[in-house]
Amino acid sequence: MTPRETAIAIRGLRKAFGGQPVYSGFDLDVKRGDILGIFGPNGCGKSTLINMAAGLLPKDGGEILYDGREVSEIRVGYVFQNYREALFPWRRAADNIRYPLRRMGLPKAQVEARLTALAERFRVRFDLNRYPYELSGGQQQLVSIMRALAVEPEVLFLDEPFSALDFETTLALRDLLQRVLKDLGITTLLVSHDLEESIVLSDRLLMLTRRPTTVADDVPIVLPWPRAAAALASPDFMALKARCLDVFQRAVAA
Amino acid sequence: MRALVAPVAGAVGFVLLWQLAVWARIADPILLPPPAEAFAETWHAFAAGTLAHDTWRTVERTGLAFLIASAIGVPLGVALGAAERLYRGVEFVVDFFRSTPASALFPLFLILFGPGEGTKIAVAAFGAALVILFNAAYGVINARRTRVLAARIMGATAPRILVDVLIWEALPQILVGMRSGISLALVIVVVAEMFIGSTDGLGHRVINAQMLFESGLMYGVIFVAGALGYLLNLGFLLLEKRFVHWSGR
Ligand SMILES: Nc1ncnc2c1ncn2[C@@H]1O[C@H](COP(=O)(O)OP(=O)(O)OP(=O)(O)O)[C@@H](O)[C@H]1O
Ligand SMILES: [Mg+2]
Repeated sequence: MTPRETAIAIRGLRKAFGGQPVYSGFDLDVKRGDILGIFGPNGCGKSTLINMAAGLLPKDGGEILYDGREVSEIRVGYVFQNYREALFPWRRAADNIRYPLRRMGLPKAQVEARLTALAERFRVRFDLNRYPYELSGGQQQLVSIMRALAVEPEVLFLDEPFSALDFETTLALRDLLQRVLKDLGITTLLVSHDLEESIVLSDRLLMLTRRPTTVADDVPIVLPWPRAAAALASPDFMALKARCLDVFQRAVAA
Repeated sequence: MRALVAPVAGAVGFVLLWQLAVWARIADPILLPPPAEAFAETWHAFAAGTLAHDTWRTVERTGLAFLIASAIGVPLGVALGAAERLYRGVEFVVDFFRSTPASALFPLFLILFGPGEGTKIAVAAFGAALVILFNAAYGVINARRTRVLAARIMGATAPRILVDVLIWEALPQILVGMRSGISLALVIVVVAEMFIGSTDGLGHRVINAQMLFESGLMYGVIFVAGALGYLLNLGFLLLEKRFVHWSGR
């Protein structure tokens, strides 16, 4: 069973902190099954955007609809940047993954079936019956990703999921994640600080400016999937990266 | 094994210093008897069963006060911590009474509970409950925000978040509160046993020994009380290690 693919429509989004606007009338549409990369300087409002979209932060105005529905009416997954603070350290890794399934009220047999399926899909080779603090950072973030995907979300939010991991681990997780997301066709919002990573993992890259936040560029990334590490050296990739860097220097960093 | 070497060496050193002080006649032998004498008198008191009884009474009172304090302090502290606005409202009162020396409350509690067992246990429970409540409330208030958000996005309702996240997040702090609480309860119980019409308990025994010039026994009882406090603290430290295995990792 694959989750239903859901399009996102953001209209006239407004948000201010202490009178300082971050968004004042922001519009965005995301196609079903697309991975939308969101790239921008520190403090431009990337986390604010996906937190409002995920329903974790109230918006001041405007609407964010998923196929016409509010976020509370759909299944979502969220992967936090800081896996150490997002996993429950008093539960074993497997119990962390079971948690959202139990909250959904799934019968025990189905919970176990999904856990097994996820472990196979992500080719888990470590013991899920360990506590999070007994796992490496990469393994912990993988558990977070599995936990977010366990409910078969219609939309997945990732806020800088790899920024606390080393390069090798990041490459491995990127490969796994893109394969699974493309297999399942989950609409995804991915915040990243890393331009290369944003390009590799996205169908479309949104480049944001400093506050007040606007879209500096909206770049379609037409590279074939899957995008292995070797894709980083392809001429198409290089051309895209050059374009994005150019935009970054002119609009974002200006 | 090696971990025991330093504490044992420290204890032996202490007794040796004591013996040296006796030899040097730093104080009147009635005030400072040799350690061997203190040990012998304490041993006799234990062998006669009276000191064991006194120790047990103190443990009983401290334990009862601690149980009452935990039964009130933990749930109330967690509830107040979850309703932070409410906690800020009562914070001053909690802080004030937490800082008030419990001994100053004896007269008031004597009026409320009479000169029997009630007052000793009530004052100790009151003091310990405030410490436990304060720690439990802060444990909940300082719960990692990301974890609460993670639970919310996974479909946990507010009561579920309380049970599945906030209480666990607060657990290390709750145990710290309980550890301080039981130490405080012991202090209050021993003081109460000295001055509030008692016929047993370590506090009663130590002041009795002093009045009868049984100074060897007096030192012995002091050390028993010290050992009791030390063991209670140690027990809680072990409990913390076991039940919050994830803490700090
Ligand atoms: N709770 C808050 N109160 C006040 N200001 C806030 C709050 N949360 C965010 N802001 C401000 O809003 C702006 C956007 O914050 P946000 O966290 O969305 O940025 P970001 O793009 O995710 O940055 P980073 O790359 O550092 O993660 C920042 O300038 C921040 O200071
Ligand atoms: Mg951010």
